[in-house]
Amino acid sequence: MNTQTAAAGWRGDLRRLSRSASFDIGVVIVLFWVACALFGPHLVPYDPFADDLLNSLMPPSFAHWFGTDQLGRDVFSRVIVGARDILTVAPIATVLSTILGTALGLTMGYFGGVIDEALSRIVDAVLALPTVIVALLALTALGTSNITVMVVIAFSFAPVIARTVRSAVLAERGFDYVAAAELRRENTFYILFIEILPNVLPPILVEATVRLGYAIFTVATLSFIGFGIQPPSPDWGLSISSNYGLIGGGFWWTVVFDGAAIASLIIGINLIADGIEGLRHD
Amino acid sequence: MTDTTPALQFENLSVAYRVKGVSRPVLAGVSLEIRKGEAYGLVGESGCGKSTAAFAALRYLPRNGAVTAGRILIDGQDIGQMAPPALRQLRRQSVAMVYQDPGKALNPSLTIGRQVQEVFELAGVPRADWAARTVEILAKVQISDPQLVMGRYPHQLSGGMQQRVAIAMAIASNPTLLVLDEPTTGLDATVEAEVLDLIQHLRRELSTAILFISHNLAVIARMCDRVGVLYAGRLVEEAPTAQIFNAPQHPYTAGLLSCLPQAGRSKDQAPLATIPGFLPVPGEVISGCVFAARCAVADDLCRSTEPAFRVADGHASKCHYPERAGALPVVAKAGATLRMAEQAAAILQIENLSKSFGDGDQRQRVLRDIGIELRKGETLGLVGESGSGKTTLARCLLGLLQPDMGSELKFAGEPLAGRTAARTRDQVKSIQIVFQNPDSALNRSHTVRRMLERTISLLVGLKGAAREARVQALTQGVRLTERHLASMPRQLSGGLKQRVAIARAFASDPQVLICDEPTSALDVSVQAAILNLLADLQAETQVSYILISHDLGVVRYLSDRIAVMYLGQVLEIGPAETVFSGPHHPYTAALLSSAPAIGDEGAERVKLVGALPTTAQRPTGCVFHTRCPQSIPGLCGSKAPPQIVLEAGHVIECHLPADALPVRG
Repeated sequence: MNTQTAAAGWRGDLRRLSRSASFDIGVVIVLFWVACALFGPHLVPYDPFADDLLNSLMPPSFAHWFGTDQLGRDVFSRVIVGARDILTVAPIATVLSTILGTALGLTMGYFGGVIDEALSRIVDAVLALPTVIVALLALTALGTSNITVMVVIAFSFAPVIARTVRSAVLAERGFDYVAAAELRRENTFYILFIEILPNVLPPILVEATVRLGYAIFTVATLSFIGFGIQPPSPDWGLSISSNYGLIGGGFWWTVVFDGAAIASLIIGINLIADGIEGLRHD
Repeated sequence: MTDTTPALQFENLSVAYRVKGVSRPVLAGVSLEIRKGEAYGLVGESGCGKSTAAFAALRYLPRNGAVTAGRILIDGQDIGQMAPPALRQLRRQSVAMVYQDPGKALNPSLTIGRQVQEVFELAGVPRADWAARTVEILAKVQISDPQLVMGRYPHQLSGGMQQRVAIAMAIASNPTLLVLDEPTTGLDATVEAEVLDLIQHLRRELSTAILFISHNLAVIARMCDRVGVLYAGRLVEEAPTAQIFNAPQHPYTAGLLSCLPQAGRSKDQAPLATIPGFLPVPGEVISGCVFAARCAVADDLCRSTEPAFRVADGHASKCHYPERAGALPVVAKAGATLRMAEQAAAILQIENLSKSFGDGDQRQRVLRDIGIELRKGETLGLVGESGSGKTTLARCLLGLLQPDMGSELKFAGEPLAGRTAARTRDQVKSIQIVFQNPDSALNRSHTVRRMLERTISLLVGLKGAAREARVQALTQGVRLTERHLASMPRQLSGGLKQRVAIARAFASDPQVLICDEPTSALDVSVQAAILNLLADLQAETQVSYILISHDLGVVRYLSDRIAVMYLGQVLEIGPAETVFSGPHHPYTAALLSSAPAIGDEGAERVKLVGALPTTAQRPTGCVFHTRCPQSIPGLCGSKAPPQIVLEAGHVIECHLPADALPVRG
């Protein structure tokens, strides 16, 4: 029995995860968009940047599956290639916020006392600010660029992750292996990152996945209001922003497919998060 | 009244769990009968199927469990055939269960009155009678002020009171069968004794049949008429209680009994017997006797043919050679330990040690003016109920907690700083601990090798080949093998995990090792092996132990001296044998008499009144006077007791004159 659980470990977790239907669907959706981001430019039928004013605002057809936009650009090609910027900015922002939040949470949970009090108040303060407003301020002050967007999202998401990590660390702190480490005069870095961190990874993983969904949403929102990804990128939020006025004229295809792309990606990521969360409580 | 229908009957019962798509049998062909009004004990180590039997009796198996063969009859009715309404009726009126942890069995958001009353609602008692019946049933379980308790929530009651309430709810419907699954395992010795008394008292009053499940042989011996021994899902022996304990006919039963540390046995005389090997994995195909692989008297017949369940004079056993069990060799090599010279040098001196938590009005003094000397190479046993400050004392000695101002600790004559960080490396490596629960003490993400190597690097400063040699020596010292080094804790059994924890504690060659309930998470056969190991290591290395345990048998086996703690104070300290033989402090006498021991069933118990006070409301005068059966009115409540020195090293803090102190013998 023991040797079987041994062989399980990570691989066993993956096998059990793959049995969850929602996880599988999520993975398929996300992998599809990742493939689009990586290889999209080589696969699409038209150059997503090429104007063709003679064929502007054509409805979906065999030639243009998703129709064409105001400048006659192929919407299908733009949606596929549009995955690229958002799938660069959002994941990097999430990784940054996870690293920052984890370090913060470990510190708060392990040291407790005054350090925890002080950091907790700062975290609460940041959490109280609406992300998009902060982002607007920062981007206005610093100028818009993908790097600024990443940094702004990283800072505004880190507190949420810090709180999750903190409560997980508080539980671990009560285990005797931490006392045992102190009794061999272990240094703090080792206790935090080598002793405690591996045991709190599962909740961090879930939180990071959920945050990735929010990050995509935030990037799309910022792009929509003109502070995120900049033209001429075929980014989804940006496309919706430049075309939503056309819905009234009946040219729905210029907006709907971009919207569906954003929705599907976020749903896919949340399905994966659900799968991992389910595994934790199994 | 010649109703001979058994209250509970298992007919060739087999139960299996489906785990990851594979069916794993947990009970195999178990047949037993519990007559009306009879108390039947089911014993065996963890993993033998005891709890499965209990749940099966209520048809309350987990979702992945199923009865694969046989029948379960309650009062003659096959419960496997019952439709859901009949089953509900059965659980409402005929069977009841009391679980191990009353804190989890009671609903935390309902008052006691509300949840006890529910039983009467379901039983169809008229609404007007609910309150009266609730008071009546709570009084029946000897709750002295039912009205007061009814208004309380579970978390406001002590563990013993919670278990009384749980028992009250179980007996409220006057069931035919009461299933008690380890009902006292989570309770302190004195509380356990009270709850067991209560159950016995109720047995005389009610005609309920009891299925009593416990891993504690002494509890079973005290409570039951007949006993069944489960091993690997099979009933291997069944007989009236006295016969099982006096003349076991199965080597497994004999082995379990000889594993127990008992009165008059200490590490200086002989190591404890152990049962080598492990339980077979559920689902493993075994031809022959299931116990053969671990049995000392097995031969080829045992390994090839499954023995039949043979009955003679009401004593049944599943063994080819029942007569051999009684004559089993108790592994007894010559005592390796030599008794310490009585006055070895003190290695650790504790003077005026106090520890408080909180400030101002909230201030609680958990330890008060402790003064103890630990000598080189000796074992000091520390006993007392939970809340007496044993673990706090251990943490202060280790430097995990800062003692109050004025406390003085000395190690080898040198003053010892309050916190680990302020101590020298030599001091830190010299005072180490084996924690109670290896699951908490071992990092579940690290391999055994990593834990040992890291400790050696930091505390001993060895690297490379020298460190590897030390790892090997430690591994062999605790009887682990090379392949265990690469394992993660979850791949090891409880006993193996505790060995790893012991190896880690010994990595730095400590001179003082604190053992905080080192075997309470383990089965008796594993406990014996761990205790032997600790005794051997002490003989080899001259380490001093501070042994914290609620199990007096364990303390008696391993200790040279014993200190008895109550509310953060030491009430009695002295050589182990004199503390056990008396005269004792009245509290020690109560502790000793509350611990169930085999062969001690008829002994009169010293009863304590009331619950353990908290340190926030520490009684004035003698801390024990509120519960002391020999308290002297007007004196004990007002004046701190003097120290009575009975003989060299045996000191008792009590107002009673020396010749009035209780003696239990």
